[in-house]
Amino acid sequence: MKPRARHSLLTTEGMSRSEVESLFARARVHARGLESGRSVRALEGKVVANLFFEASTRTRLSFERAAKALGADVLNFTAQASSVVKGETLMDTVRNVEAMGVAALVIRHSASGAAHLAARHVRCAVVNAGDGTHAHPSQALLDAFTLHERWGSLDGKTVLILGDVLHSRVARSNLFCLTTLGAHVVFAGPPTLMPAGLEEMGGRLAPSLEAALAEADAVMVLRVQGERQTAGYLPSVREYARLYGLSAERAARLRPGAVVMHPGPVNRGVELAPEVADGPANVILAQVSHGVAVRMAILEACA
Amino acid sequence: MSPPAFVLRGGRVMDPARGVDAVQDVLLRGGHVVATSDRPLAADGAREVDVSGLWVCPGFIDLHVHLREPGDEGKETILTGTRAAVAGGYTAVVAMPNTRPPNDSALVTRLVQERAAAARLARVWPAGAISKGLAGEEMAELGELAAAGCVCFTDDGRPVMNAGLMRRVLQYARALGRPVMVHEEDLTLAAGGALTEGTQATRLGLLPIPRSAEVSMVARDLVLLEEVGGHLHIAHVSCAESVRLLREAKARGLRVTAEAAPHHFTLTDAAVAEWNTDAKMTPPLRGPEDVAAVRQGLADGTLDAIATDHAPHGILDKQLPFAEAANGVVGLETALPLTLALVRAGVLPVARAIELLSSGPAAAFGLPGGQLLPGGPADVTVVDPVAEWTVEPQRFHSRSRNTPFAGMRMVGRVVHTFVGGRPVFFEGALEKEETP
Repeated sequence: MKPRARHSLLTTEGMSRSEVESLFARARVHARGLESGRSVRALEGKVVANLFFEASTRTRLSFERAAKALGADVLNFTAQASSVVKGETLMDTVRNVEAMGVAALVIRHSASGAAHLAARHVRCAVVNAGDGTHAHPSQALLDAFTLHERWGSLDGKTVLILGDVLHSRVARSNLFCLTTLGAHVVFAGPPTLMPAGLEEMGGRLAPSLEAALAEADAVMVLRVQGERQTAGYLPSVREYARLYGLSAERAARLRPGAVVMHPGPVNRGVELAPEVADGPANVILAQVSHGVAVRMAILEACA
Repeated sequence: MSPPAFVLRGGRVMDPARGVDAVQDVLLRGGHVVATSDRPLAADGAREVDVSGLWVCPGFIDLHVHLREPGDEGKETILTGTRAAVAGGYTAVVAMPNTRPPNDSALVTRLVQERAAAARLARVWPAGAISKGLAGEEMAELGELAAAGCVCFTDDGRPVMNAGLMRRVLQYARALGRPVMVHEEDLTLAAGGALTEGTQATRLGLLPIPRSAEVSMVARDLVLLEEVGGHLHIAHVSCAESVRLLREAKARGLRVTAEAAPHHFTLTDAAVAEWNTDAKMTPPLRGPEDVAAVRQGLADGTLDAIATDHAPHGILDKQLPFAEAANGVVGLETALPLTLALVRAGVLPVARAIELLSSGPAAAFGLPGGQLLPGGPADVTVVDPVAEWTVEPQRFHSRSRNTPFAGMRMVGRVVHTFVGGRPVFFEGALEKEETP
């Protein structure tokens, strides 16, 4: 068999608008296929390996569902049950799994750059399912797809990304993806959790949360983790909820028709009030179902 | 046995400490520089070496080298490290104490000295630890380390976070007449970061190291120095603000010296693009303003020496996700051309460049050499200033290959290195060990 050009998805940085839009076109086909129960069996006879060196349930299940819907065989690997604890390196693991004849490695790892490192040392496709605080391209693509399906176009829309941007791979990948599609990206959150250089990367810092809410067409709420309190970034999760949480009162300042997104899992009552998470503006479950279709499009393009 | 005598004929002698820049003959005999002369010197049995078109410089001195022995001989040994040194034109290096075990006792100091003597290449001046076990808690036996031959004290690789300890070490080392060399990094500010705060760190999802991690410690130690006296030496200065503080401190007459590393005056954090762990070190690569300020500091005398912070690491330490990869780059075999690049860029006059590699570091630590003084040690580096070459890490004499300069074109190369009158590196190659 003639070796084909390898495609990996490691980051949304540098993706062209036409690349993103052609993935969306395929995702739309897959979404209809999933609804009707007649999926495109594009990966029949191929093997996709999910290598999850960092715990994740939703993303792994979503990739597994996507690969199986395309007809692929799926290998699942989680770090807890593996030889990683015995000192086997990331490199050893990816080379070994590749040698089993896989078409694509889907990698989740707690270190930024792990997917790039793996991709440099294997010939099969690598799909980055989240590396440290660097990138989560499939999440960003499904977020953008969700907005695209709702609005028809992202051109000129304003998306507010709210919360712990410093530690968020979702925020970074969305920044690149959304701006490529013509949207404006605004950031808000505690100053201790705002990294340097967001303007140079194409974003804007909100002068205040209230002002940012008033101009947003969508709010992407990031998960805030309890470790930020112990590491000294925040006085308390409680205070975070009061100053930066998307409460019902804050959500009421949104424009009519503005949507609320969250990459999940939601800390209800912390970054997102329960009534907002379940309210009419939320598209969180649409994100989840679009996730499978978008990941099908990604695997189909890469594997 | 006294080494053979050599006459270096017709080279451009560059000896900044003596204000010499002239075509001269240089006679080396009995381990010493015997004479330098504008007129041809009689060979008188000495071997004649034609060095016309080449520069004859005082042997280079590196104040900051990790030789890794004892403990990490897979990365470097005193033998391989001093091979790399003489191949890079260095006739003397100061060996950092963060070995395993660390050099916090005269026993380890003597081991380093014995291995260096057996290697018979560059001179190795041991640096003693500031604190027992480099733990930053109790002072090491500085008096014993000094008596054994340690030329300075440092916990390099780690900062002295405890300000009380730092103050007492400055006081104590002052009585011993030794500089205290500091790795300035406030760990509460660096806080697990991997790259300078800025767009590159954010883009790559690496936790940031703010410049204040270095600058605030420089400020703290200058305050302590002003209060208690002594001699403070700041290692690997990387930030514009550190250079400014040092300039002010020197203007006020404080006894502070400082060094900068070639990677910090050559590269910015852009070199880390796409996770290049061979561009990972502490302090990290900074921004263009910092590079400009470090260059200015080298030019105006705020910084006293170019020091490589040669830090060998094996491939397993570097073939890791960026945040997990080891800190440090090798530097001994690329420092000269990177320094000469500053001359071509108009940053440094050529005499200042040579001074920063030789008499500058010698004066900072009070080491022998650094000039071609008749009667002084015959430590001489002969340089071809126009030779062009490409950095091929697999050809390094160092045991390690971790350089951010791989594949880069360089101008300027070491031709001969004499240590104590012996040609340890000759015509671009290590000399075969002569049978005694």
